[in-house]
Amino acid sequence: MTSNVQATARTAQKASTMPATLVLIAGWLIPGAGHFLLRKWIRGSLLFVSIVAMFILGIALKGKVYSPNTSELLDMLNFAGDLGNGLLYGLARLFDLGQGSVQIAVADYGTKFIVVAGLLNIISAVDAHSLATGRKAS
Amino acid sequence: MTISHFGAVLLFSLFTSVVFGITQRSEPRMMIRFGAFCFALFVGGTIAASWAMWLIKH
Repeated sequence: MTSNVQATARTAQKASTMPATLVLIAGWLIPGAGHFLLRKWIRGSLLFVSIVAMFILGIALKGKVYSPNTSELLDMLNFAGDLGNGLLYGLARLFDLGQGSVQIAVADYGTKFIVVAGLLNIISAVDAHSLATGRKAS
Repeated sequence: MTISHFGAVLLFSLFTSVVFGITQRSEPRMMIRFGAFCFALFVGGTIAASWAMWLIKH
Protein backbone atom coordinates (compact mmCIF):
# COMPACT_ATOMS: atom_id res chain seq x y z
CA MET A 1 0.00 0.00 0.00
CA THR A 2 1.39 3.38 -0.98
CA SER A 3 1.21 6.17 1.54
CA ASN A 4 0.56 9.77 0.56
CA VAL A 5 4.13 10.70 1.43
CA GLN A 6 5.58 8.02 -0.83
CA ALA A 7 3.24 8.97 -3.65
CA THR A 8 4.14 12.64 -3.31
CA ALA A 9 7.84 11.87 -3.27
CA ARG A 10 7.53 9.69 -6.33
CA THR A 11 5.56 12.21 -8.37
CA ALA A 12 7.51 15.28 -7.31
CA GLN A 13 9.81 16.46 -10.03
CA LYS A 14 13.44 17.15 -9.48
CA ALA A 15 13.67 20.82 -8.57
CA SER A 16 17.29 21.43 -9.49
CA THR A 17 20.23 20.03 -11.37
CA MET A 18 22.48 20.98 -8.46
CA PRO A 19 23.90 17.93 -6.64
CA ALA A 20 21.78 17.44 -3.53
CA THR A 21 24.77 16.58 -1.37
CA LEU A 22 26.50 19.81 -2.35
CA VAL A 23 23.37 21.75 -1.42
CA LEU A 24 23.22 19.99 1.95
CA ILE A 25 26.86 20.66 2.79
CA ALA A 26 26.72 24.28 1.59
CA GLY A 27 23.59 24.84 3.66
CA TRP A 28 25.33 23.43 6.71
CA LEU A 29 28.55 25.42 6.27
CA ILE A 30 26.83 28.76 5.60
CA PRO A 31 23.25 29.33 6.78
CA GLY A 32 20.92 29.72 3.81
CA ALA A 33 23.61 28.85 1.25
CA GLY A 34 21.71 25.72 0.19
CA HIS A 35 18.70 27.84 -0.69
CA PHE A 36 20.92 30.36 -2.49
CA LEU A 37 22.27 27.55 -4.68
CA LEU A 38 18.68 26.67 -5.54
CA ARG A 39 17.98 30.34 -6.35
CA LYS A 40 15.60 30.72 -3.44
CA TRP A 41 17.00 34.14 -2.63
CA ILE A 42 14.38 35.43 -0.21
CA ARG A 43 14.19 32.21 1.79
CA GLY A 44 17.95 31.92 1.90
CA SER A 45 18.30 35.52 3.06
CA LEU A 46 15.72 35.10 5.80
CA LEU A 47 17.37 31.90 6.99
CA PHE A 48 20.82 33.50 6.90
CA VAL A 49 19.71 36.56 8.86
CA SER A 50 17.77 34.54 11.43
CA ILE A 51 20.45 31.96 12.12
CA VAL A 52 23.44 34.30 12.04
CA ALA A 53 21.63 36.85 14.23
CA MET A 54 20.79 34.14 16.73
CA PHE A 55 24.39 32.95 16.78
CA ILE A 56 25.79 36.48 17.19
CA LEU A 57 23.29 37.22 19.95
CA GLY A 58 24.41 34.07 21.71
CA ILE A 59 28.03 35.15 21.52
CA ALA A 60 27.13 38.71 22.62
CA LEU A 61 25.28 37.32 25.63
CA LYS A 62 28.51 35.56 26.64
CA GLY A 63 27.15 32.13 25.85
CA LYS A 64 29.34 29.07 26.10
CA VAL A 65 30.79 27.52 22.94
CA TYR A 66 31.20 23.81 23.50
CA SER A 67 34.27 21.90 22.44
CA PRO A 68 34.54 18.16 21.69
CA ASN A 69 34.32 16.26 24.95
CA THR A 70 33.23 13.02 26.47
CA SER A 71 32.63 14.26 30.00
CA GLU A 72 28.84 14.58 30.24
CA LEU A 73 26.02 13.54 27.95
CA LEU A 74 24.46 17.03 27.94
CA ASP A 75 27.80 18.59 27.05
CA MET A 76 28.15 16.17 24.14
CA LEU A 77 24.63 16.98 22.92
CA ASN A 78 25.27 20.71 23.21
CA PHE A 79 28.48 20.27 21.23
CA ALA A 80 26.53 18.46 18.53
CA GLY A 81 24.09 21.37 18.44
CA ASP A 82 26.92 23.89 18.24
CA LEU A 83 28.49 21.93 15.42
CA GLY A 84 25.34 22.53 13.38
CA ASN A 85 26.46 26.13 12.91
CA GLY A 86 29.06 25.00 10.38
CA LEU A 87 31.62 27.70 9.60
CA LEU A 88 30.21 29.96 12.30
CA TYR A 89 31.25 27.39 14.87
CA GLY A 90 34.69 27.12 13.27
CA LEU A 91 35.08 30.90 13.42
CA ALA A 92 33.96 30.98 17.04
CA ARG A 93 36.57 28.38 17.95
CA LEU A 94 39.23 30.01 15.79
CA PHE A 95 38.82 33.43 17.36
CA ASP A 96 38.12 32.03 20.81
CA LEU A 97 34.65 33.61 20.95
CA GLY A 98 32.17 32.69 23.64
CA GLN A 99 32.95 31.71 27.19
CA GLY A 100 34.49 28.55 28.57
CA SER A 101 31.86 28.45 31.27
CA VAL A 102 28.70 30.40 32.03
CA GLN A 103 29.55 33.37 34.29
CA ILE A 104 26.30 35.35 34.49
CA ALA A 105 22.65 34.31 34.54
CA VAL A 106 21.76 35.73 31.13
CA ALA A 107 24.72 33.91 29.57
CA ASP A 108 22.73 30.68 29.81
CA TYR A 109 20.33 32.24 27.30
CA GLY A 110 23.32 32.92 25.07
CA THR A 111 24.41 29.30 25.30
CA LYS A 112 20.96 28.14 24.27
CA PHE A 113 20.82 30.67 21.44
CA ILE A 114 24.04 29.24 20.00
CA VAL A 115 22.89 25.63 20.29
CA VAL A 116 19.46 26.36 18.81
CA ALA A 117 21.01 28.36 15.97
CA GLY A 118 22.99 25.23 15.09
CA LEU A 119 19.91 23.02 15.21
CA LEU A 120 17.93 25.47 13.07
CA ASN A 121 20.78 25.54 10.58
CA ILE A 122 20.62 21.75 10.29
CA ILE A 123 16.87 21.96 9.66
CA SER A 124 17.39 24.58 6.93
CA ALA A 125 20.19 22.55 5.30
CA VAL A 126 17.96 19.45 5.25
CA ASP A 127 15.14 21.58 3.80
CA ALA A 128 17.45 22.72 0.99
CA HIS A 129 18.42 19.09 0.38
CA SER A 130 14.75 18.12 0.17
CA LEU A 131 14.16 20.88 -2.36
CA ALA A 132 17.14 19.71 -4.42
CA THR A 133 15.97 16.10 -4.50
CA GLY A 134 12.37 17.06 -5.22
CA ARG A 135 11.05 15.56 -2.01
CA LYS A 136 9.70 19.00 -1.12
CA ALA A 137 7.66 20.51 -3.92
CA SER A 138 8.75 24.15 -3.70
CA MET B 1 25.45 42.84 26.37
CA THR B 2 22.44 42.24 28.55
CA ILE B 3 18.89 41.50 27.57
CA SER B 4 15.62 41.24 29.44
CA HIS B 5 13.98 37.86 29.86
CA PHE B 6 11.02 38.89 27.74
CA GLY B 7 13.30 40.37 25.10
CA ALA B 8 15.11 37.05 24.90
CA VAL B 9 11.77 35.27 24.49
CA LEU B 10 10.71 37.58 21.68
CA LEU B 11 14.01 37.27 19.79
CA PHE B 12 14.18 33.51 20.21
CA SER B 13 10.57 33.15 19.08
CA LEU B 14 11.05 35.43 16.09
CA PHE B 15 14.12 33.74 14.66
CA THR B 16 12.90 30.23 15.36
CA SER B 17 9.48 30.93 13.85
CA VAL B 18 11.04 32.31 10.67
CA VAL B 19 13.05 29.11 10.17
CA PHE B 20 10.12 26.86 11.08
CA GLY B 21 7.80 28.71 8.71
CA ILE B 22 10.19 28.47 5.76
CA THR B 23 11.21 24.87 6.29
CA GLN B 24 7.94 23.27 7.34
CA ARG B 25 5.61 24.62 4.65
CA SER B 26 5.82 24.80 0.85
CA GLU B 27 3.64 27.74 -0.11
CA PRO B 28 4.70 31.30 0.83
CA ARG B 29 1.28 32.11 2.25
CA MET B 30 1.32 29.00 4.43
CA MET B 31 4.89 29.76 5.50
CA ILE B 32 3.79 33.13 6.87
CA ARG B 33 0.76 31.61 8.58
CA PHE B 34 2.75 28.79 10.15
CA GLY B 35 5.53 31.16 11.21
CA ALA B 36 3.01 33.46 12.88
CA PHE B 37 1.36 30.47 14.52
CA CYS B 38 4.71 29.26 15.91
CA PHE B 39 5.57 32.75 17.14
CA ALA B 40 2.24 33.06 18.95
CA LEU B 41 2.67 29.60 20.48
CA PHE B 42 6.22 30.34 21.64
CA VAL B 43 5.35 33.67 23.24
CA GLY B 44 1.94 32.62 24.52
CA GLY B 45 3.30 29.36 25.91
CA THR B 46 6.09 31.16 27.72
CA ILE B 47 3.69 33.67 29.28
CA ALA B 48 1.32 30.88 30.29
CA ALA B 49 4.16 28.85 31.81
CA SER B 50 5.42 31.93 33.65
CA TRP B 51 2.03 32.58 35.21
CA ALA B 52 1.71 28.89 36.09
CA MET B 53 5.04 29.02 37.94
CA TRP B 54 3.96 32.21 39.71
CA LEU B 55 0.73 30.54 40.82
CA ILE B 56 2.61 27.46 42.04
CA LYS B 57 4.95 29.64 44.07
CA HIS B 58 2.12 31.69 45.59
